[in-house]
Amino acid sequence: MADKSVAAALNPKKSVPIMKWVTPVIIGWLVPGGGHIYQGRMQRGLLLGISTIVCFLFGLLMRGAFFEPQTGDLLTTLIYTGGNVANKMVGIPYFLATWLGYNQADLAGHVHDYGTKFLAGAGLLNVLSLVDTYEIATGQKD
Amino acid sequence: MPKIALTHLETAILFALLISVVLGVVTKKTDRDRLQYGLYCFACFVGTIFGLGWLMKLGHG
Repeated sequence: MADKSVAAALNPKKSVPIMKWVTPVIIGWLVPGGGHIYQGRMQRGLLLGISTIVCFLFGLLMRGAFFEPQTGDLLTTLIYTGGNVANKMVGIPYFLATWLGYNQADLAGHVHDYGTKFLAGAGLLNVLSLVDTYEIATGQKD
Repeated sequence: MPKIALTHLETAILFALLISVVLGVVTKKTDRDRLQYGLYCFACFVGTIFGLGWLMKLGHG
């Protein structure tokens, strides 16, 4: 008991109000790099945003396919549902592309295949940016 | 919308470059460390691309 109170005194848990990080994280999700720009990290925000959007645009130009959620065996569920989530993590560029009618079928060929990976990869890059945004907002990182 | 057709090597290097930029920016605290880590990641990716490429070529005989 005494050990716990000593440990708590040495490492006090900071409770960060949700409103402190939720706004930059949502902005960062919708506009890649936007969370950093909102937090005043213009240079980092631009680098992250440009990298993510270039990745997404190359995916479109290579005619990659968006993942549609599918269920079945574990691997199928993981790949297709996870891929669909990764696609959506790009934010507005993804919703804009689908709204404008981009609907590429999943074709054979290495260019299409790379395009599909670029589209999902762009979402994963944005997830990394969002984690960084969260850490900046909660004071874990400068 | 135009369609581009890159080779395996061009696509893999482009992907490595974009990932290296993001990894460099989000993992380190100073600009110098970010640049160094980004370059390190890129070098590792390119080294792996060529290493695996040669491995596959030699494996095919």
